[in-house]
Amino acid sequence: MPTPVNNVEELATREYKYGFVTEVEQETVPPGLNEDVIRLISAKKHEPEWLLEWRLKAYRHWLTMTEPKWANIKYGPIDYQAIRYYAAPKSAAGPKSLDEVDPEILRTYEKLGIPLREREALAGVAVDAVFDSVSVGTTFKEKLKELGIIFCSFSEAVQEHPELVRKWLGSVVPYTDNFFATLNSAVFSDGSFAYVPKGVRCPMELSTYFRINAKETGQFERTLIVAEEGAYVSYLEGCTAPMRDENQLHAAVVELVALDNATVKYSTVQNWYPGDKHGKGGIYNFVTKRGKCLGVNSKISWTQVETGSAITWKYPSCILQGDNSVGEFYSVAVVNNYQQADTGTKMIHLGKNTRSTIVSKGISAGRGQNSYRGAVRVLKNAANARNYSQCDSLLIGDKCGAHTFPYLEVKNSTAQIEHEASTSKIGEDQIFYCRQRGLSTEDAIGMIVNGFCKQVFRELPMEFAVEAQKLLGVSLEGSVG
Amino acid sequence: MTTAIKENLDVYLQSFRELERRGKVPEWLARIRTEAIERFLDLGFPTPRDEEWKYTNVASIARTPFEPAPAVPAERAAERIATHALAQLDCPRLVFVNGKPVPELSSLGGLEAGVKVMSLEKAVASGTEPVEQYLARTADPATHPFVALNTAFLQDGAWVEIPKRTALSKPIYLLYVTLPGSKPTVTYPRNVVLIGRESQATLIEGYLSLGDSAYLTNAVTEIIVEENSVLEYVKLQSESPAAFHVATVKMQQARNASAHATTVTLGARLAREETASVLDGEGGEATLNGLYVLTGEQHVDNHTTLDHAKAHCSSRELYKGILEGRSTGVFNGKIIVRPDAQKTDSKQSNKNLLLSEDATINTKPQLEIYADDVKCTHGATVGQIDAEALFYLRSRGISQREARNLLTVAFANDVLDKIKYAYLRERLKASVLERLATQP
Repeated sequence: MPTPVNNVEELATREYKYGFVTEVEQETVPPGLNEDVIRLISAKKHEPEWLLEWRLKAYRHWLTMTEPKWANIKYGPIDYQAIRYYAAPKSAAGPKSLDEVDPEILRTYEKLGIPLREREALAGVAVDAVFDSVSVGTTFKEKLKELGIIFCSFSEAVQEHPELVRKWLGSVVPYTDNFFATLNSAVFSDGSFAYVPKGVRCPMELSTYFRINAKETGQFERTLIVAEEGAYVSYLEGCTAPMRDENQLHAAVVELVALDNATVKYSTVQNWYPGDKHGKGGIYNFVTKRGKCLGVNSKISWTQVETGSAITWKYPSCILQGDNSVGEFYSVAVVNNYQQADTGTKMIHLGKNTRSTIVSKGISAGRGQNSYRGAVRVLKNAANARNYSQCDSLLIGDKCGAHTFPYLEVKNSTAQIEHEASTSKIGEDQIFYCRQRGLSTEDAIGMIVNGFCKQVFRELPMEFAVEAQKLLGVSLEGSVG
Repeated sequence: MTTAIKENLDVYLQSFRELERRGKVPEWLARIRTEAIERFLDLGFPTPRDEEWKYTNVASIARTPFEPAPAVPAERAAERIATHALAQLDCPRLVFVNGKPVPELSSLGGLEAGVKVMSLEKAVASGTEPVEQYLARTADPATHPFVALNTAFLQDGAWVEIPKRTALSKPIYLLYVTLPGSKPTVTYPRNVVLIGRESQATLIEGYLSLGDSAYLTNAVTEIIVEENSVLEYVKLQSESPAAFHVATVKMQQARNASAHATTVTLGARLAREETASVLDGEGGEATLNGLYVLTGEQHVDNHTTLDHAKAHCSSRELYKGILEGRSTGVFNGKIIVRPDAQKTDSKQSNKNLLLSEDATINTKPQLEIYADDVKCTHGATVGQIDAEALFYLRSRGISQREARNLLTVAFANDVLDKIKYAYLRERLKASVLERLATQP
């Protein structure tokens, strides 16, 4: 940990490391949502007619829906008419290379520790960085192109590969899916699109850094990843957001499709602004993530480290449709101060011999409330389905809460389902043991927590795993009594 | 968004008016009943859109116009009860037929001094028993439609009071027998059990049926376990395959009180068994065990709550299900640890054996923890009979069917073996085995 800290109070009051707002001229639409705004978004992005129609259908459907209230989270009402649904950095009109990108934006990335060029050179990671709503820089595209891999911003994909977008958009998360996904379908601004053709193994980790920046702008990304027969792709998503007082709405949709023998691995590190120590501000993170194992022997694996956001509402799910398909979910969710998280997964077994693994680690500190909500559904024809779920909670402090709501629904007698959950606190004797050997309490806790999460971190790509461990330390600073 | 069925509620209101006209009850009870019917009319019957009723659709109960069950002459029931395995236990018993106590079938000899086992109606009428102090306190009609309904139509049941420092040598058996008529009928048994401090008792609550037509049993049992007392409670439900059974058992435990409950469910077409304990004093111990053996079109929903309200309590829960035919099992186990309940130690487990292609199980173990110094675990499994174990037995000359039954009974015995009253335990094992033997 960077600076020595003398007491708990001091630690707890530490400011959010990534809190700053970049002054860049923005092109925005007035706040509010109506059909005209959607037409405007669509027109600004030069979208084809069918996509506009799709957005409008979603919007009309959204009008008939009500906000879901079943999650174990509490927040004030959201005024959907006060949100600005589109913001694009003005200077971002078609940058051809990084040199054309606004230097201010580049500096922002640097502050976040994502020097694009450095990454390009050293890490071999293709970064499609999203600054608010428009992609400003895409690297390694050329190299990927040689293999036939398409990795670009969503808007670009709409322009250049409309047939692919049209085929897969909404095939996993239909526009009628849920309140927030429907809202996203109507107003999504940008996001990432990845397509890996038949038999190709993507040679590098695809990565996007999302960053919410413009004031009062809800960000509605849409990510679509398609892995054709026998393809393999690993995708990384990482987030930080600047300090802000008003709560910001974030409603993203991620769709993954894996065809025969394909594998998609999706890793997330989410560290959006969680609000200050009094629970003021912070991001509302209402995300719909779902993958469909469409082909036989396909595999989708979700790994997430959730440390940010005032409210997290997120259930990365797998629809195991192809026979012998595999779904995995590894999660670490940390809440501190007044953060609330209601997160988990859904594994829907449709095909024969489908297998799923769920490992969820929840850590609650301060006044945080952490809920695991997961469903394992084995349908009538899913013979020999296998599921193993484990969700453990760690409590730090006596004002936080940890809750588990697993739903196991089994309609086939050949299924083997196991679910285990435990809740405990870090033992006094464990800390004493470490202290005895010269570790500070902080370090001892850090070590124990990292050990608790190891099973999940192991699933992360190397560079992410390092970042995640650091992030965990930062998130839990000040929680130790 | 409406989450209740309210179309048939007039029938209940009418029956209530009739009940009001007929019976003279003390003012305090009339008030409780009136409040409860108002609450029930307000709540209506739940639908699966209500999270607590997600997997159990009670529309068939809501749409059936149940009439109050008629009184039955004792001799009509006597002979058939005599042949029922689970009706014959060697202990003091209070028998109800269609909700009314039948002294001819009951035998309350051999009870320890000061122990009171009587009809609730009598206890209320006598005015000498502290019923008012305990009735409708533990089971709250405000939030639960079926508890509200039971409270509104509350007439009879058992009043059991164990004085302090008394250890019962034999269990007390409360047996509810239904003799269904040609039309669907309903009974509302209500039991209030008070275990005084430093006492020890075993209580058995049984539900049997002497006919095959449809009826509803809507039962509520309130149990108060005072300081340093020990209670063993066994509920066995063997209603007819056409019956509806909605029961709520609520236990309230004081300091250092220990309660051990076992719910064995064999019968009913649709059953909802709610068992809850509030650990409301330090050092309390609670065990909730359950076994459900289902077949045909049966649907059984076990809803349990362990509410740790105070520190230094421990609880254990083991529910096992054996599902055959097209049956559906539901398990919802909730463990709540309140902010003050530090040093809580709670373990919950739900295991299910699916023996047929068409059986369904929905299980939802749930932890809600608001304190930090706790040890809580839960687990749930769904599986089949181990093929290797089956092969082992087959290779030693045991038939497929016998081997299967042997393994299934072993699975069930985990729960049954924890019942301390040996006589009942053996009878239950025999019943389960018999049940399995009749399966194709």
